[in-house]
Amino acid sequence: MQIVAATIQWLADPAHWQGSNGIPLRLGEHVALSGLSLLLAALVAMPLGLWIGHTGRFSWLVVSSANAWRALPSFAVIGLLVPFTTLLDPNLGFILYPTLIAMIVLAGPPLLVNSYQGVAGVDRDLVEAARGMGMSERQILFDLEMPIALPVLATGLRSAAVQVIATATLGATFGFGGLGHYIVLGDANQDNGELFGGVVLVAALALGTLAMFVLLERRLASPGLAPRTAG
Amino acid sequence: MSGEPLVRWDWVGAHIGPILDRLGQHLYLAVIAVSIGFAISFGLAAVAIRRRRLYPLVTLIATAVYTIPSYALFATLVVFSGLSIVTAEVPLVLYTFILLVPNIVAGFDSVPQDVLDAADGMGYTAGQRWWRVELPLAVPLVVAGLRLAAVSTIGLVTVSAILGDRFGGLGYYILEGYHRTFPTEILVGGLLSIALAVAADLGFVLLQRLLTPWAAARLAPGVAVR
Repeated sequence: MQIVAATIQWLADPAHWQGSNGIPLRLGEHVALSGLSLLLAALVAMPLGLWIGHTGRFSWLVVSSANAWRALPSFAVIGLLVPFTTLLDPNLGFILYPTLIAMIVLAGPPLLVNSYQGVAGVDRDLVEAARGMGMSERQILFDLEMPIALPVLATGLRSAAVQVIATATLGATFGFGGLGHYIVLGDANQDNGELFGGVVLVAALALGTLAMFVLLERRLASPGLAPRTAG
Repeated sequence: MSGEPLVRWDWVGAHIGPILDRLGQHLYLAVIAVSIGFAISFGLAAVAIRRRRLYPLVTLIATAVYTIPSYALFATLVVFSGLSIVTAEVPLVLYTFILLVPNIVAGFDSVPQDVLDAADGMGYTAGQRWWRVELPLAVPLVVAGLRLAAVSTIGLVTVSAILGDRFGGLGYYILEGYHRTFPTEILVGGLLSIALAVAADLGFVLLQRLLTPWAAARLAPGVAVR
């Protein structure tokens, strides 16, 4: 119970809510890094997955590489990048690039696989019918396949976002700030209040993101598709 | 680090013994986690299959657990179970559920009703039907789940390096190399842990070919509910 009291005390201390190590700033760092890496990963992986799903070309590549890609552990990727990115830029290469790049690598597979599976899973009879009605390939992709694939696309985005937010915590071990910073400091200083303050904040952010996406997915789903849950 | 070669092969040569020890520890931590995780997941999946209404709840809880950052979970457990193997294993085991349970459930769901009816018609008892018909047909998806769990766990073992020198497997070298600004160590730890994950993945593919030779051609991609 001492731990709970220490955690509440740490979280309630106004001094921890301001300044260059304050919670708003660390939260901002965490969210900004996660958002940026998600955006960059989505810009590459989603168009690629949609295209492969629509054309059926290179689909073997998605199925076989996604698992191998997942073999890249973020902890190792961040560590492996440090020696290289610091050669490029001693400052940003130390505090930002390793974690940012590792998070892009982490977000890639769920975005790619779900974009591909979402589009590839659309009933081929529907696509043929659309073609017969004279819809262009572009129209088929944007007006038919994507709306039907939307729940699967949203699941991929949710999965990527939640994993990135959770894993970005590791960046704190390697020079990046974010909410993981409190866990590192609390651990180093044997300060349980700070340690668990960090744990509570980062868990709340990750679970909050999960809940937000689940609610968003419910609203996004086309009513016509409601009884069939995709995932 | 200027002037230093990226990989100091003499260091690698001088540390072959300790590196192999760390590799062994990595495998040991991962095998325990996946084994216990698989046993519990099988139980959870069995409950979910019989009580279908509980399945979404099981998935929700497993997803929520998977969402909690590994770093936070390891650090939390230190306060309760100290720098022990329990602290290292509990998070690893918990994270396997969301990868294993959906695949085990999907595996048994994939058994066609016709096949079950045929087995009943041939006079199989419930136990025989499960052992000789349902389980073998569920294997491809169960193995797909095991592949995901093994790869993910081997990656996460590296994070247990934050628990100190006694844990982490190859992650120990990643962290130590970082602290000493010594790329060789980071590369050894990182590349070997990736190689171990790939080897485990291939190992399960081979296992599946041995267990279900008839299904060799169609390798299930696995269900990712995360």
